[in-house]
Amino acid sequence: MIEFNDLKEIVFLIEKQYGYDFSDYSRASMLRRINRFMEISNMGSVVDLKYELINNSVNFNTFLNEIVVNVSEFFRDPSFFKSLKTNVFPYLESYPKINIWSAGCSFGEETYSLAILLKELDLLHKSRLYATDISSNAIEKSKKGIYSNKSFKEYSNNYFSCGGKESLNEYFISDGKKSIINSDLKKEILFTRHNLVADGVFKECQLILCRNVLIYFNEDLQDKVLNLFYDSLPIHGFLALGKKETLRFSSVFDKFKEIDSTEKIYQKIK
Amino acid sequence: MEMIIIGGSAGSFSIILSILKGLDKKVQTPIVVILHRLKNVDSSLEKHLQLHSHYKVKEAEDKEIVKKGHLYTVPANYHLLLEENRHLSLDSSELINYSRPSIDVTFESFSTVLKEKCSGILLSGSNHDGARGLKLIAENGGKSIVQDCNEAEFDVMPKAAIRIYEHHKVLTLNNIIKNLNEESYGY
Repeated sequence: MIEFNDLKEIVFLIEKQYGYDFSDYSRASMLRRINRFMEISNMGSVVDLKYELINNSVNFNTFLNEIVVNVSEFFRDPSFFKSLKTNVFPYLESYPKINIWSAGCSFGEETYSLAILLKELDLLHKSRLYATDISSNAIEKSKKGIYSNKSFKEYSNNYFSCGGKESLNEYFISDGKKSIINSDLKKEILFTRHNLVADGVFKECQLILCRNVLIYFNEDLQDKVLNLFYDSLPIHGFLALGKKETLRFSSVFDKFKEIDSTEKIYQKIK
Repeated sequence: MEMIIIGGSAGSFSIILSILKGLDKKVQTPIVVILHRLKNVDSSLEKHLQLHSHYKVKEAEDKEIVKKGHLYTVPANYHLLLEENRHLSLDSSELINYSRPSIDVTFESFSTVLKEKCSGILLSGSNHDGARGLKLIAENGGKSIVQDCNEAEFDVMPKAAIRIYEHHKVLTLNNIIKNLNEESYGY
């Protein structure tokens, strides 16, 4: 187990050794994730952890995956996807080409959910989805699009709750244990690595989704990233945050209009 | 005592209401309530708690500062953590003990920051969540209270806590209230 006063040194070490800057991540979350990683890998002390970080770069990927939270589901928060259908897509429909950025895409669940939705609305052919994550492992997994069948019942319920028309299985090829997403859904998606902390504007997009990522950052970094999103949106572009995230305390608050206060969907107005 | 953290599951809601009703108006120590709740279902938990409390009841928001006289609930589908500067942080990582929010996660995070300056109370429930976190609260010098198993509607949760650490205070509802009123003035 490590304590708060060990954090600074470890964050410094990671920066030096691997170039990832975690200094503006939530300290409470970092402490919890690192201790969780140490518990899973049977590491007792901060000395063990430092030794691993310095001498075993292979293990760093495992470490990184544990530190950045890659937990998601298909159609997570069905009410959010419903709101996209009602409040956002009718607006985007008028564009000849729709660019969407899914920032912090984990293993691709949200991105593929979007693709399914766009397909059902007959918009997928003119959409381009850019899905990014800090973790290269997450990007690799997203590209493969293979998911365990364990949670499919839940995913299916989510899908129907947000008004899905087909059966979710239609979009996958399954064996007894796993399902792989249909390749036609992958065609309009580009999965690529992007670090919100260090990298700049990615691409101008009319819709940016970044749900349950900001909660792992401190206030300063939250504000910096929200400014990055502001810069990446055209006027009238949409920004969607996690259900419990808000623009309210940020420096860009007055540049957006609230489209759905419960689902945290905003539109850039100036 | 700087904060009171109450965790419970099945059978704990009415107990929490009774605790709030029984608290002396002078008690202003911030309270955090972690209740296992259904996801994707809007509940009126906060409204119910507000009816019976002199505290201002609200759902915890990410990075908000903990204030006296406030009671915070944890939003469905998130864990709740505490930063060293007494800001609350939400977390949407894995379920712990099949639960999100998990009582263990919040107990452990708050105890790590507050050490001896927090009280953890574990009530009725039918899984093992909270046992590990309450043990940490006790080991860090905080006060740890378990609802009397004879009184709890579901005793799996209190029993699990006592099984892994036998020095918790085991109290009936009335004594939990008495205890809080005696010891939690100011912070």
